[in-house]
Amino acid sequence: MSALTFTLRSAPAQRVDVGALSPAALAGGAVSDIAAIVLHVGKRAVRADQLFEIAGDDTTDIVFRGDCSKLERIGAGMKSGRITVEGDAGPYVGQGLLGGTITVAGSTGAFCATGMKGGRIDIAGDVGESAGGAIPGEMKGMAGGLLLVGGNAGDRLGDRMRRGQILVSGNAGDYCGTRMIAGTIAVAGMPGAYPAYGMKRGTLILSALPARMLPTVVDCGAHRLGFLSLLYASWKGLPGPFGALDAGACTVRRYMGDMAVSGRGELLVRG
Amino acid sequence: MIINGVAIDDTFAEAFGMRGIRLIITAYNETWALHSANALTGFATSVIACGAEAGIERMMSPEETPDGRPGVSVLLFAVSSKEMIKQIERRVGQCVLTSPTSAIFAGLDEGDPVPMGKTLRYFGDGFQTSKQIAGKRYWRIPVMDGEFLVQDTARMVKAIGGGNFLVLADTQVQALEACEAAIADMRKLREIVMPFPGGVVRSGSKVGSKYKALSASTNDAFCPTLRGATKSELDERIGAVLEIVIDGLTDASVKKAMEVGMRAVCRIGAAGGIRRLSAGNYGGKLGQYQYHLREILK
Repeated sequence: MSALTFTLRSAPAQRVDVGALSPAALAGGAVSDIAAIVLHVGKRAVRADQLFEIAGDDTTDIVFRGDCSKLERIGAGMKSGRITVEGDAGPYVGQGLLGGTITVAGSTGAFCATGMKGGRIDIAGDVGESAGGAIPGEMKGMAGGLLLVGGNAGDRLGDRMRRGQILVSGNAGDYCGTRMIAGTIAVAGMPGAYPAYGMKRGTLILSALPARMLPTVVDCGAHRLGFLSLLYASWKGLPGPFGALDAGACTVRRYMGDMAVSGRGELLVRG
Repeated sequence: MIINGVAIDDTFAEAFGMRGIRLIITAYNETWALHSANALTGFATSVIACGAEAGIERMMSPEETPDGRPGVSVLLFAVSSKEMIKQIERRVGQCVLTSPTSAIFAGLDEGDPVPMGKTLRYFGDGFQTSKQIAGKRYWRIPVMDGEFLVQDTARMVKAIGGGNFLVLADTQVQALEACEAAIADMRKLREIVMPFPGGVVRSGSKVGSKYKALSASTNDAFCPTLRGATKSELDERIGAVLEIVIDGLTDASVKKAMEVGMRAVCRIGAAGGIRRLSAGNYGGKLGQYQYHLREILK
């Protein structure tokens, strides 16, 4: 068996919801059935094979090729298997992901990993705004699993995040960890202004503080936090700077906030 | 059966089904990990009055522990799941939470859940936080030296308590030295503890008493000072009897510990004043497990 490959015939002019092209939805389907799946390009309904050249037959291993930046909801609701995007991807990558892995060689649009509950998403490039965040109308964003970002993250990273881990090798935008409920976000580069805005609980691990900080995030001093050794050990071997962290180096400067809300969140700055 | 001049009685040790748990305590250094472990396993010689039987299984190097610090592996045994849960809450709460720099983790991945951080977290008065790392939940409880890290839930398994053997010697000192040698060898084994002081017990008991309030009393048949006054199991040469009691996580580990211990005693042999090896039992009517000495030493 070879990977089921969807190669875009040409870059679509409008957004396309490809949530239906996930391992669970395609399981057991013949190539002819998959070709007949109706997708929507803007308001126009098209067959999958009008949009993609389809090759291969392994529905647990799906590959998207071409300029996929207009493809939305890649891997939405996936329970197991693997999806590889050999370039950029659109918004809502891995929305509601339950298991399996999604790998994007390029960058993604907004709301990557929103509602994700399990599994792993690896983005080699950047993620747009509200990665791991809640889409409008939802009470919570990411609720489990691991989102690895090789590049930078946009504003409002982890907005209303409930559980899980987001590791960003590059920089993060403004309001990182805003309205966070629980979970862990780590940023190896610089965060933008006002991290932990409206943060209730959860952990932000940063390398440095931005110049613009909220007055409602309070300094609690430098401490050795034992849980970090377990956390760092669990990251060992991951691509990027977090996979190489020394599990014994768990002394950090601890800030708590946002005191404007419940203030049980923490912002840990590594030494 | 006679080994190196030591007569092996044709009898068996009678052991009971218990609930067992392994916990890993870590701290800033080995000394403080041991302080905590000694407190947790303290006053845990017999379930008759202590609620649990416990001991230190082994020391653990930083490479072996979950948080990369020196640690101690302890085993604790109780007669029921309910009692185990009660004992863990009390002992971890009073002996590990209180001990400077300590952290505690589950030492078994399988088995029935025993709340640990799950109940102790309330000490944090709302400042406690949980973290799920690699599929396991931990609680971070703010304390005066930083944070107490405790795993949410530990696991208990079906285990065995009361494996034993009796060392019958010419003198008290000879019996004691033989038991010390046995304990030294047995402590190299995993999955077992010897819960009595130094691993050795002198007050072996029989079921029942002339006093109605007591369910157990001194095992007069093995008391050398009563040799002429009671139906004694001792001949005129035996001056002292000591017992080694073993609790283990598995049947095989208890059996192995008995073998290792008894062979250590036999190595000293009759030349060192050791006359017999025997075992404590209740006629096979009470315990689910029987460890026949001669089979083990075959």
